[in-house]
Amino acid sequence: MKFTCLSKGSGFHFPPCHMLNFCGIRILFDCPLDLSGLMAFSPIPTSLDALLFEESNNNEKRHKIEDLLDAKSLIFAEPWYKTVNNLHLWNASLIDVILISSPMGIMGLPFLTRRKGLSAKIYVTEASARLGQLMMEDLVSMHAEFRQFYGPEESNFPPWLRQEELEILPSVLKDILLGKDGVESGGWTPMYSAADVKDCILKIDTVNYAQEVCYNGTLVIKAFSCGVEIGSCNWILDGPKGDIAYLSSSCFFSAHTMTFDYRSLQGTSSLIYSDFSSLSDAQDIEDGDNNSDPTSDTLLPLSFQDMDESSLNSDENLEEKEKLVFICSCAIECVKDGGSVLIPINRLGTILQLLEEMTTSLEASAMEVPIYIISSVAEELLALLNIIPEWLCKQRQERLFAGEPLFAHVKLQKEKKIHVVPNIHSHQLLMNWQEPCIVFCPHWSLRIGPVVHLLRRWCGDPKSLLILEDIVNPELALLPFKPVAMKVLQCLFPSGIGLQKVQPLLKTLQPKTVMFPEDLRLKTSFSCEKSFSVSYYTEAEPLKVSCQKDSSELKIAADLASQFYWKTFKKEGINVTRLKGNLLMENGRHHLLLDNNKKTSESNSSLVRCGLADYNKLLPALSEMGINASIEIVKDDVESQNVCLVHTKEPYKALIEIGNTSTVITTADANVASILYKAIDNILDGV
Amino acid sequence: MAIETLVLGAGQEVGKSCVVVNINGKRIMFDCGMHMGYTDHRRFPDFSLISPSGNFNDALSCIIITHFHLDHVGALVYFTEVCGYRGPVYMTYPTKALSPLMLEDFRKMVDRRGEEEQFTSEHIAECMKKVIAVDLKQTVQVDEDLQIRAYYAGHVIGAAMFYVKVGDAEMVYTGDYNMTPDRHLGAAQIDRLRLDLLITESTYATTIRDSKYAREREFLKAVHKCVSGGGKVLIPTFALGRAQELCILLDDYWERMNLKVPIYFSSGLTIQANMYYKMLISWTSQKIKDTYSTHSAFDFKNVHKFDKSIIDAPGPCVLFATPGMIRGGLSLEVFKHWAPSEKNLVTLPGYCVVGTVGHKLTSGKPTKIDTDPDTQIDVRCQIHQLAFSPHTDSKGIMDLVKFLSPKHVMLVHGEKPKMASLKERIHSELGIPCYTPANNETVSIPSTHYVNAEASDTFIRNCLNPNFTFQKCNSVDTCNSTLIDRNLTPELQVEDERVVDGVLVMENNKKAKIVQRDELLLMLDEKKHEV
Repeated sequence: MKFTCLSKGSGFHFPPCHMLNFCGIRILFDCPLDLSGLMAFSPIPTSLDALLFEESNNNEKRHKIEDLLDAKSLIFAEPWYKTVNNLHLWNASLIDVILISSPMGIMGLPFLTRRKGLSAKIYVTEASARLGQLMMEDLVSMHAEFRQFYGPEESNFPPWLRQEELEILPSVLKDILLGKDGVESGGWTPMYSAADVKDCILKIDTVNYAQEVCYNGTLVIKAFSCGVEIGSCNWILDGPKGDIAYLSSSCFFSAHTMTFDYRSLQGTSSLIYSDFSSLSDAQDIEDGDNNSDPTSDTLLPLSFQDMDESSLNSDENLEEKEKLVFICSCAIECVKDGGSVLIPINRLGTILQLLEEMTTSLEASAMEVPIYIISSVAEELLALLNIIPEWLCKQRQERLFAGEPLFAHVKLQKEKKIHVVPNIHSHQLLMNWQEPCIVFCPHWSLRIGPVVHLLRRWCGDPKSLLILEDIVNPELALLPFKPVAMKVLQCLFPSGIGLQKVQPLLKTLQPKTVMFPEDLRLKTSFSCEKSFSVSYYTEAEPLKVSCQKDSSELKIAADLASQFYWKTFKKEGINVTRLKGNLLMENGRHHLLLDNNKKTSESNSSLVRCGLADYNKLLPALSEMGINASIEIVKDDVESQNVCLVHTKEPYKALIEIGNTSTVITTADANVASILYKAIDNILDGV
Repeated sequence: MAIETLVLGAGQEVGKSCVVVNINGKRIMFDCGMHMGYTDHRRFPDFSLISPSGNFNDALSCIIITHFHLDHVGALVYFTEVCGYRGPVYMTYPTKALSPLMLEDFRKMVDRRGEEEQFTSEHIAECMKKVIAVDLKQTVQVDEDLQIRAYYAGHVIGAAMFYVKVGDAEMVYTGDYNMTPDRHLGAAQIDRLRLDLLITESTYATTIRDSKYAREREFLKAVHKCVSGGGKVLIPTFALGRAQELCILLDDYWERMNLKVPIYFSSGLTIQANMYYKMLISWTSQKIKDTYSTHSAFDFKNVHKFDKSIIDAPGPCVLFATPGMIRGGLSLEVFKHWAPSEKNLVTLPGYCVVGTVGHKLTSGKPTKIDTDPDTQIDVRCQIHQLAFSPHTDSKGIMDLVKFLSPKHVMLVHGEKPKMASLKERIHSELGIPCYTPANNETVSIPSTHYVNAEASDTFIRNCLNPNFTFQKCNSVDTCNSTLIDRNLTPELQVEDERVVDGVLVMENNKKAKIVQRDELLLMLDEKKHEV
């Protein structure tokens, strides 16, 4: 088994990407897009911006000014997208299986599926596929704005990727474009089209949670909920040589999607730990202008001694609830002051909870403030959310059984408390528009989508509020909108297993070997761990882990087994039989079934013989058959071993040479040879 | 090893489906239904046969409910709350959502009739808490050895066929299913499995149905004719399933023909049910699923709530009244009012159980019907029977049996003579042994068992070595045969029959191991002796 981490990803929107060779099958885990790369580009320029840009481009020669990073340093071009660079080192046609663990992990898939020669089976949970499709369609439609602005691309190679252009870029942007090691320029690709997305969706096979699918009869693949996003999952792969669990970012508590089903991952022989969320969580997030980060002071170490779910959930639940209440109170205060609230958040769970919390707080404070959701796919997305009870958490499912809508937005839409519109200039929005208001819209990178236009409108207003996701570099995100007078609030929600829980969790899961990220090595300690062995992996370095079993399981049908003719060897008390039947590979297990086909029945001669042909036994055996023979023992000089020659005269003439490992029959008649052959066969141990 | 099947209900009859299967030491109850034709002890399955001592928790591993019809779920509340079964109960999400509605409806009806109550509303709620909802194709590990899996059955929303595997023994219990898609549901779907036993329903064991389209048109024509003549149309149905299908059909037709005649739903139940249907849209047919974002098929435009005061109101109307089969309740009340007028129409969709008014109407052409010992009704209205049944026909059953090719077949949920003829067909046409046990009978069949062994890498690798055999067709033959034939048979036939020599070794106190011949010598520590 060989495991290569292609990318450890970063944050919720860019999950890790790995390649695994298991039982001779090459499996790719996830195909994400690094959308934070968008921040290197300028949002669609306004006419004023464009003028400035022209000016800067023509009048003064651009040169490298290290510390001066302003809106003009951004790339003014149709953005390209950053895929996992290491994935391009692989020949796509050699991938056998692609497993997508979340809607975020599908975002880069059209780049793969549009390549020629890709024949991999792609498995995605049904909910991930549908959400992923909507997210990709949204991305394509937001990107279309750029295409309209810049017109068709002139060359296949964009000028900003040229070496000389890269040289003069500020280091922050250079890091984005080339990566920390300066080798990632190959990962950039132009956007896929809506047709690519459609084509990609047609190529995937959808699965339900805990549904068994079998690849090529060899590998049984199962998905189990992981609690991060609707449809997101962990995987179990079960092959003839053992099983392996793939643990992606997982949440013990969720207010919208089905929670982490860790019990189903129990008892696999190996486990790939691929939750890097604690890596980014631990990083300090720089504060923006006026931003107050509610998480920094509420992030208390959680107690986690046992896998007691109730205490566990309530802890996380409480924390998350507190944050939501805090955000909503900020928003309410803001609209009370006459400012508007802009929420460019793409995490579904957060949006849905904020929406419900926000409307209840608005009602509580008796305010009539419109809430807009602006996105090309919002309407379909909200409709979809209400018809997938099977993928939601217990509390939401209870609503189904009680006959209530799964999410509050159904009712709110009917009551016209929230307005769902496809884009910023839709008629419906223009007719209803009213400020102050609360707007949910994509995209969190602040480079594409409706958010750009609204941010330009409100960024100078100190009364308004911007609520950001946990972006690594908010400074850069807000760069094109400087100076920013509006309040900025960054909210951070956990999207993975907390570091304190890693060890107790792994102890509960009882794998024999764990593949663990090197980056998290210092943060967790397995030194006292006896129950499993740990091997650490780093990005782009293959890790070889030995399979647990050196032989495969084979099941023999009872009706066939009853027909076996057993032969007992004198030594060691071993019973041996020859097998005859149809070998079948099904669901990762070999089966041997009774074969009724006459054609394959062959001669009864022994396959292998062993032991010594004892001439003392041969003579009586021959004489029983009416053959007279005499023995002559010759010493072989070359190999210094005894060779026994047996001469037969009556009724046939033949010479039998008996050595330690072979016996040679020399005769003129084939019939004689076969008679003698049988005689010798009988005295040897044959199978 | 054997699979023992105890039929507690729906053996050679339709009603109170309940089959208890003992499979490799696990006992599973499939369905727990009640019989609608009886009000005495025969209404429920005879649970004492499962465990004479009444300790059902030890006697059963789990209960599986296939769908929400009362003849499949009706006795569940009684069994868990009154008989005291505490173990797990599995059903699909829609079944879990809709079963309480059906049970509550039944409880109310019993209440109205003044009969003795078997269970209360609280009982229903308590019972439903014990239910574990499953999704289609999800492999649920009930315990270490017992696996169950649901497959789409089409019959009603959420109906499922259940696959069970214990050790090496595998079986499927179909519940009720439909092999052809209808207005709102898809057709039954199942994987090709290696089964020891298939227990299938056989409601229409001998019927072969024609195209659905013609029947739909016939229905619409009859309804249209009646309402344009000023008549009233009574459609007695159950709140869930048929009501929605026919309503989609009518609502659509009303739109197209621009009809203004009101369509009523008798109970809030049906309207409430539509709410569930909207959320469970992913369990309906593909066509309806595709339109979820623009317009939900269960938002009916022309449908209104019915009020008892308008029973005798003049003017045409269409009424969906519960319960089906005119078994009592509102549908019987309305029937009493509307039956004497020849302008009116009673449309009976689906199967009517013996003993109901619906059954009397469909068997022969009665002019008078006794609804109870004191009341007799003149029946002058039109009777239209809709062969709209969500059950598969005999062709569908045969197709399923043929597709799955199990080692044994068992028929339940059907009428005795028809089952006998289907049994004969399965036996003669497919060569599969078939059983039709009566209620409270036990059938035992052998089950598959595998012996486990380890296979060495060399052996497996050698199995993958291609072993081609080439067969050249005789060119003379090809010349003699016709032109078409030559195109069909390629001149060169390639067979790839991979053969490997394997040896099974059993060593004392060790697991049996399969090795390739060369490895054997190593294991035996002996030298090869060639001859």
